[in-house]
Amino acid sequence: MMEKMIVGRYLPADSVVHKMDPRAKLLFIFGFVIIVFLANNAVTYAVLGAITCLIVLLSRVKLRFLINGLKPVLILILFTFFLHVFFTKEGDILAQIGFLTIYKGGVIKGVLISIRFLLLIFVTSLLTLTTPPISVTDGIESLFGPLKKLKLPVHELALMMSISLRFIPTLLDETDKIMKAQMARGADFSSGSIPERVKAVIPLLIPLFVSAFKRAEELAVAMEARGYKGSEGRTKYRILQWSTRDTIAMFLLVALCAALFMLRS
Amino acid sequence: MDIKLREVEYSYAAGTPFERQAIMDVTFTIPSGQYVAIIGHTGSGKSTVLQHLNALLRPLKGEIEIGSRTIAAGRKGKKLKDVRRRVGIVFQFPEHQLFDETVEKDICFGPMNFGVSEEEAKKRTREAIGLVGLPEEVLGKSPFDLSGGQMRRVAIAGVLAMKPDVLVLDEPTAGLDPRGRQDIMNMFATLQKKNGLTCVLVTHSMEDAARYADKIIIMHKGQVYRTGAPRDIFSDADSLTNVGLDIPETVRFQRMFESHLGHPLDKVCLTPEELAAEVSRLRGEMT
Repeated sequence: MMEKMIVGRYLPADSVVHKMDPRAKLLFIFGFVIIVFLANNAVTYAVLGAITCLIVLLSRVKLRFLINGLKPVLILILFTFFLHVFFTKEGDILAQIGFLTIYKGGVIKGVLISIRFLLLIFVTSLLTLTTPPISVTDGIESLFGPLKKLKLPVHELALMMSISLRFIPTLLDETDKIMKAQMARGADFSSGSIPERVKAVIPLLIPLFVSAFKRAEELAVAMEARGYKGSEGRTKYRILQWSTRDTIAMFLLVALCAALFMLRS
Repeated sequence: MDIKLREVEYSYAAGTPFERQAIMDVTFTIPSGQYVAIIGHTGSGKSTVLQHLNALLRPLKGEIEIGSRTIAAGRKGKKLKDVRRRVGIVFQFPEHQLFDETVEKDICFGPMNFGVSEEEAKKRTREAIGLVGLPEEVLGKSPFDLSGGQMRRVAIAGVLAMKPDVLVLDEPTAGLDPRGRQDIMNMFATLQKKNGLTCVLVTHSMEDAARYADKIIIMHKGQVYRTGAPRDIFSDADSLTNVGLDIPETVRFQRMFESHLGHPLDKVCLTPEELAAEVSRLRGEMT
């Protein structure tokens, strides 16, 4: 079950998108997320859709894999779509089913918001699919670097992020292991009434918490044993390199922004 | 209860770019009442095979016969509880599965999941805690207050209390002190001999495999490399080193002894006791 989730996973490959500087990717996505909200008609959505498709193509991530992995999120999108369809009261009445009335405005709004969601999710999951988590946090640390002058613990925040990202797969593995051990002892996680199921999770959660705390302590000790004392005087092993393709990406973003301002109604 | 695997194949994350084939074309039988050791290099697929033995994993190809139940690829199996009751698995570092307030409740968890009454479960708890060599006083304690070795024993007791017909052990003594290791291993061997329990031991210790097993299965790169009786397996050192394994210390000693002596002994000795007897018999012959 957990094997199919792609949120937060890195898929190693050799593509232009993979080779980009994580800072450029982060800036691009930050910009893109804002730009998506500028779109308000078919043309602008088409432009954004085309750009997204282009990025997916460039990243060499298989579309089928991307869609399969995002299925759980698609259900959420479908849900919001229906909320809009049933509860927006704008424009002409299209159909009437029982006490529900569907308005034209609702359908349009539902479609547009679903597309907006889809674009956002596609682009952001491409970030994690094409960038190793460590690079993402390196990028964030570097982008927020100036805030150090304001006494913001940028390095520590970045470290916290990279540790939590690093341990997601470990915890998933651990969950799987403990689940199997309890299933071997007759625990049943997949059937029964809701209170029964909630109760069934206890034998899973307690060992998971115990081992997470233990792991955290061991990690802290191991880091101190190797002389870690925060960002002070710490050199970098991976040095981020800004190249021409990153500058091109930034130009693309500015151009996209300008295009949307012109095309939006 | 025999367990038969026929051409079993399994991949993790099947159908995604992360797909990784773990085992393929695995065929072997675990005969009822026998002590079977599965050995192999790290990553040879031992643990994957083991999880098929009580249907925690389902084969992608092939089928597994567990007693009268057949688990085949592509079919959805239901009511696996009976299979899981009859095949108990002690996973690696089983102390990680402890969760309840008291040791007693934790050991009762398994049996009660399988519909054993509370009274009977408590009775079994007392038996099981004795088997693993812990005093009854620990029953009232929290499992998290125990030492690592004691936690391990409690976790093993939790599986023993299910009274399985087949006991599957994944390196049950890793990280224990030598004495505790011996106690636990002897306890399993006694259970197997006296109660007719079937034992499956996954181990890296050639010594344990040589001492306890009736049958050895060697896994290599997700496939069965060799199966046979310990004496046959350990008399062929080359085939073992080929797959990153080795002969037990005793056999190594015997080999060196033989090369000093100039001629081989009558048989390959699997335990120090056996070798000592063989050597003193030889001395008797010579004088």
